[in-house]
Order: sequence, then C-alpha cells, then structure tokens
Amino acid sequence: MLKQIEGSRAVAEAVALCRPEVICAYPITPQTHIVENLGQMVKAEEIERCEFINVESEFAALSVAIGASATGARAYTATASQGLLFMAEAVYNASGLGLPIVMTIGNRAIGAPINIWNDQQDSMSMRDAGWIQLYAETNQEAVDLHIQAFRLAEELSVPVMVCVDGFILTHAYERVDLPTQAQVDAFLPPYEPRQILDPADPVTIGAMVGPEAFTEVRYLAHYRQMQALWLIPELAEAFSEQFGRASGGLLHEYRNEDAETLVVALGSVNGTIKDVVDQLRNEGVAIGSISITSFRPFPAKRLREGLRHAKRVVVIEKSLAVGIGGIVSTNVRMALAGDGLPVHTVIAGLGGRAITQHSLSEALDKAHRGHLEPLTFLDLRHDVIHREIERLETQRRSGPVAENILRELGSVADRIG
Amino acid sequence: MVTAAEMLSIAGFREDWHTQAFPSFGSERMGAPVMAFCRFDDKPIRLREPVIAPDALIIQDTTLLHQVSLFEGMSDHGFVLINSNRSTSRLGLDEFFDEHPRIEVLTVPATQLAQEHVGRPLPNAALLGGFAALTGLIGFESVAAAIEEKFSGRVAAGNIAAARGAFAQVTESLGADAAC
Repeated sequence: MLKQIEGSRAVAEAVALCRPEVICAYPITPQTHIVENLGQMVKAEEIERCEFINVESEFAALSVAIGASATGARAYTATASQGLLFMAEAVYNASGLGLPIVMTIGNRAIGAPINIWNDQQDSMSMRDAGWIQLYAETNQEAVDLHIQAFRLAEELSVPVMVCVDGFILTHAYERVDLPTQAQVDAFLPPYEPRQILDPADPVTIGAMVGPEAFTEVRYLAHYRQMQALWLIPELAEAFSEQFGRASGGLLHEYRNEDAETLVVALGSVNGTIKDVVDQLRNEGVAIGSISITSFRPFPAKRLREGLRHAKRVVVIEKSLAVGIGGIVSTNVRMALAGDGLPVHTVIAGLGGRAITQHSLSEALDKAHRGHLEPLTFLDLRHDVIHREIERLETQRRSGPVAENILRELGSVADRIG
Repeated sequence: MVTAAEMLSIAGFREDWHTQAFPSFGSERMGAPVMAFCRFDDKPIRLREPVIAPDALIIQDTTLLHQVSLFEGMSDHGFVLINSNRSTSRLGLDEFFDEHPRIEVLTVPATQLAQEHVGRPLPNAALLGGFAALTGLIGFESVAAAIEEKFSGRVAAGNIAAARGAFAQVTESLGADAAC
C-alpha cells in the first residue's frame, strides 16, 4: 500500500511485518522514532507474540537480543552513533556466535565533538565486526532491505545491519509502498535456528576457543559472508519477483555503460549523485555512478565488472579514516588492485553538512578533467582551518579546537545546510 | 514547523504529487531558528540536499525577518506567506518586495486563528490553509485530510477550522488584490 510516511515509521512497519519475537532497544537520535513506533505497536498488540524489552543501555539492548536469538527467537534492535560504540563488544559477540539478529543503524556522526546529524562513521566503525552491512538509498529500499535482511540473516546464521542515513532518511516523509502481511509471510518463512538453547537438548553456545581452533572459527565467519555474495543477489531477485520492484542486491549501477568517470557511494547521497550525473550527461560528460548496497561482504568482483570501462573512480564518502583518508575508497582500491585506475576520495557530508548538487558537480567535473586531488574534503572552509592551524603554531595554550572553530564562525543558525 | 512540512507533503501526496518533507539539519536547541523543507515533483524525488532556491516560503516567526537571511535563494516569481496580523509594509518588507515585484506575498494571522480554534498558539495548520489558497498548488480538502492524518478528535477539528479560516482570509485578500 502506497503511503506518504516518515522513514522511521516505514522501517518500524516493515520490521513489524517480519514478525519479530523480541525487540529490545535503547533510544538514541536519530533512531528513536523507529523503536518508539515498534513499542507502540507491541503495546497495541499489532505484532503477535512479540516481547518489547526496555533495557538500560545499548550494551544491554544487543546483549538481550543475543540471548533472545540464542533461544530461537527472531530478535531485532536499532541504534546509532555512540550507541553502536557502546554495544561494540556485543556486536562482535553476535556475529562471532553466528546469531541472525537484524539491527537498524540510523547513521549518525560520532563525537567528540558531539553531533547528532548524519554521516556514516558509526556503522563504518563496525565494518569488520562480522555483520553483513546493507545501506539503503531511499526509504523504500530501507523497508525492502529489512524484509530481505531477516531472511538473509537466518539463512546464513549471520547478523545483519541495515544502515539508514539519519534524518535524511529516518526523518524524511516520502512515498513508500508497504507490502501486505501475506506478501511478507510468503517471502520470509518462520525462523528455524541452526543452534538453540533448549533444555531438552542442551548445548553450549560461546565456548572458550584456543589457538587450536580460533582460526577455523574465524575462517568460517568469512566463508559465510562469501556465501552472502551470491545469496544477496539471489534474494534481491526473489524479492523483485514477489514484490514487483528491484531493491537490494550487491550494488546498483546508473548510466555507467560508457562512463569514463564513475562515482561510487553508499546510501541516500546516491539520489543527489544521480541528479548530478544526469546534469553532467546533458553537458556531454561521460559519467555514471554505482551505489554500493552491500558493504560487507564487499562486492569486489561485481564492482570490478561495473568499473571495467572507467578511466577514473570518484568515491564520495561520509566517513573519515583519520590518518589515511577514505574507508570506502580503500576497499574500492583493493577491489581494483592491479588495474591502475585512479581512485579519488571525496570526504563529504560529515556531521550532517549538506552535500549539494552544486559542490558535487564541481568536484566531479574537476575529476573528469583529471584535476581532482587524490583526497579532498567537499566544501572544506580553508580560511577557517588555516586560521586555526596558525593559532596552533603560534600559541601554546591554543584552546579546544571545536570551540575555536565555532567562535570563528559565529552564529550558525542563519545558514541553510 | 517540521509538522507543517510533513502535512504539506501528505496533502501533496493525496493529489498524486511525489513529495518529500524533511527537517533542517542545523543547530538543535530550544529557541533556535528551525527550518523544514518540502519538495513537490511529478516524478520520484531523488535529491537530498536542503531546498536552496525555494519557490515558496512560509514564515512562522516574524522575529526572524530581520535577523536571518530568509529570502536567500528565493525564486523571483515565487510565493511568500508570513504568519502575522500586520501587513508586509508594517513588517518593514516593502523594499524587498518592491525589488521583487513578481513574488506574491501575503500575511495571515495564523497564530491568532490557532488560538481561536485550537486554543494554543500553533500556527502550522492555519498556515497550510493559507498556503493552499495563495499558491493553488493543493486543494483545501487535501490540507484538511493531511491534518486528520496527523491529529485526531477535537485537535484535528480545531486545526481544520483554523486552516479553513486562513484559507478564506487569503482567498479574500487575493480577491481584493485582483480588484485593485
């Protein structure tokens, strides 16, 4: 059913349609609306046989989900930013134990400096924690990815994070087609655990593993993610047959058939990128884009195929590996190793800074003409950082950087973005 | 403000527009100026940047008029609706609108209407009623339906009454404008 609906509400309704049995969550902006909505649905008995557990922290939220999942319940939670960091130990445990929990990340920056707005530093910090990571481009895709995520997680016994850009998607009202319960039931069978804590048939889950077996257990975690490389497109195919629309898969390609410059990005910024690609195409620039849906497992082979005609790649990314540069672009470079293709990193949208068509098209046009630096920061205020660097060099007690920059900028409320 | 943009997007959706509403990604503290955006299109909207060049502007709080560059990027032939019981001249805006003669501007006492009909100074619904009349982009019935989707019972009824009052006042002002 077509609805004009807030992203968070749409995600909550999608999760409800997946018949979760245990939902535990701790509120944190911008994820709060999702679990608030789910809490109301459980209370109103709109989700059958579901327990909503209020917990005291994010660490507890995921720990309870782990316990619930180990008893054979379909478990769900959601978090963002510092919340995800606070549950970090449990994040590794969920994947290490092979428990198919689905968790939504309402992508948000990580402090300090404290910032509630969108970027993808939070989920990127957990990229190697053994979870499958899917990134939604629109709220429609956020809905569809959650439905696919439960099936993917349970078929492989691997937890899945569905990453949804905070505010930009979670707080946006847009048109979303929500499937019926019958449609979702036909796609997502009841959870049949591979391992279960059952008093009638006792097992140990979470044994101590020494050097004699640790590598093998870790290898099998990697093996399961490699299986996901074929299962994810297979599920996307099955989904499109059943629901009549394409969603999910490893990546989406846009106008890249003869593109010399290819833009690679994750999540909602791909919408703006597509508009910029159209605009530059109209000006005769051979440009296209690839939106990576599955960041873990990383679709290296598919990406290589998609980029085979390209002369250069520009990765637009909403996170920063301080001391090296891009995170996504490091993965892209690894996938293209040996091809000699230049890969540019553009760090953009940190802490909610708007990624505008204007700035994007300027950077992409520059890249197309071969003038873009290997690493750039979109819309970086050079005057501001130069003054701060000067302060750092000339004054011993130069003070806290964030506060200095804020003072430098004055009131921030009178500008858009 | 955010609710107003959301209701506007719902009203547009009901008339088969593709619409997108979202809050500003700015400073979050009580009393800080807040912006919310809404786009209308006849095809799916992919763009995620804030609205930088608005065709229409709804101003809820006149104390912002001379503090913040509200009209930055404003389309030369757009619409401006201001929540006030004073005229644009009294608000000191003559100079700007003289320079931009193709912008249609009106004020509507939305807070006052909300006080009358809802009993609280929440001008969102009334502004949307006025906006429907000023722009003709959406019908009043869609505004009323959007209000009913967001609120229920007496609150919905009061907000619809406030919106209807604003719709009537703006329609009347437009008629008076056309007459002179």
